[in-house]
Amino acid sequence: MVHRTPGVLASALAITRKDLLIEFRSRSVILSAVAFAVLAITIFFFAWDPTAVASVDLAPGVLWVIFTFSGLLGLHRSFGVEQPTRAIDALLAAPVGREAIYLGKLLANLGFVIVVQAISLPAVALLYNVPIGGYVLPLIGIVLLASVGLVAVGTLFSSMVVSTRLAELLLPLLALPFFVPVILPAAQATARLMNGRPVAEVSGYVSILGAFDVVFLVVCTLLYPYTLDQ
Amino acid sequence: MKFSKLGIIAILAVVGTYVRAIFFTPFDALQGPAQKILYVHAPSAWVGLYLAFGLVFITSILYLWLKDPKLDRVASSSAEVGFVFTSVVLVTGPLWAKPVWGAYWTWDARLTLTLFLWFIYAGYLILRGAIDDFEMRARFSAVIGILGALLVPFIHLSVYFFRTMHPMPVLLKPSAPSMPREMLITLVSSFLALTLLFAWLLRERYLLAVDRDAATEAGS
Repeated sequence: MVHRTPGVLASALAITRKDLLIEFRSRSVILSAVAFAVLAITIFFFAWDPTAVASVDLAPGVLWVIFTFSGLLGLHRSFGVEQPTRAIDALLAAPVGREAIYLGKLLANLGFVIVVQAISLPAVALLYNVPIGGYVLPLIGIVLLASVGLVAVGTLFSSMVVSTRLAELLLPLLALPFFVPVILPAAQATARLMNGRPVAEVSGYVSILGAFDVVFLVVCTLLYPYTLDQ
Repeated sequence: MKFSKLGIIAILAVVGTYVRAIFFTPFDALQGPAQKILYVHAPSAWVGLYLAFGLVFITSILYLWLKDPKLDRVASSSAEVGFVFTSVVLVTGPLWAKPVWGAYWTWDARLTLTLFLWFIYAGYLILRGAIDDFEMRARFSAVIGILGALLVPFIHLSVYFFRTMHPMPVLLKPSAPSMPREMLITLVSSFLALTLLFAWLLRERYLLAVDRDAATEAGS
């Protein structure tokens, strides 16, 4: 019988499956992230005077703040889950490329973020009374494009901070400045769409998001091997 | 404290420049004395944002390639000194903005970019403080050094959509400098003086890093 080493994508998907399975069986982080998202939605509503600020102006900001911080909750888990038993060593000893490990972790984090978004986006639309039906597909596209960028840098930083002393504290500190060029165009584009502007008006923001995704996916894949505890 | 030759030259240049800037350079017709902050603000921005950050970027790439501890010491020293210069930019900017623009801070493209570069420097330095192993610290900070520089064009692009209030550079631009001669001489000499100051501080910080590493090695 001939043994063939699986390709990069197949290995990456196997790692993604492993991570999502662990998360699905324990449901520890995803539940807290979802609970956090819903709580934040209610807190934000009372932080502003609803008679002074229309909820349609509030919604895009709330949405992106929630995506950012609930994403951070999940990112630390990504490599943190390997840390207590040094399971990452077994992963590194396996006959898969380093880029497959990075991509596998990235896809799992993307899955995690998408689950949180799939709950918080309709929750914001419902609770803030913003009808998103007319532009739901472009909005989902923007959310996905932005998520890829956030997760690409976030996964790399997660791999780094687990072997430092400050771990959880350091992740937002390092990652948030890198989230700015993603959050900014994404929130602006969301605001335009929610205010009934045509989809063509947000194409500039979409190209920034796309460029960020491509550049940081490539660079972070190349830099990932340097973030390992060798 | 013993000063090196470079240190003495840098201090003399800084003292000379600012004596000239305060006593022998005319006031701006519209802004009055507030405009004199320019001679601290602009050269600090050049040193902190371009020189120091550029040096961190280049030495970080070279470190990942060559794995020479010297490169890491240059990168970390440059980040630390650059952080101080960027802090000077962020302090002098609002002081100048208040009398001239009427507000300490605006979310303008250049201000926002500078603030986020400052955050990246801060993250870089905190990360270094959180790792004990020399090799790992060097490797991780090199990764941040590279990613930070790549982030700059994106922050620039994304904040480009904001209105800009900040004046364009008077010195580092393609066309001829637009400024009276007396002011221009002071400005150019402030750039030179702070570049010398940066070179001196970088060298001292580098030597400190060498001593520290030697002490850690002797201790372990």
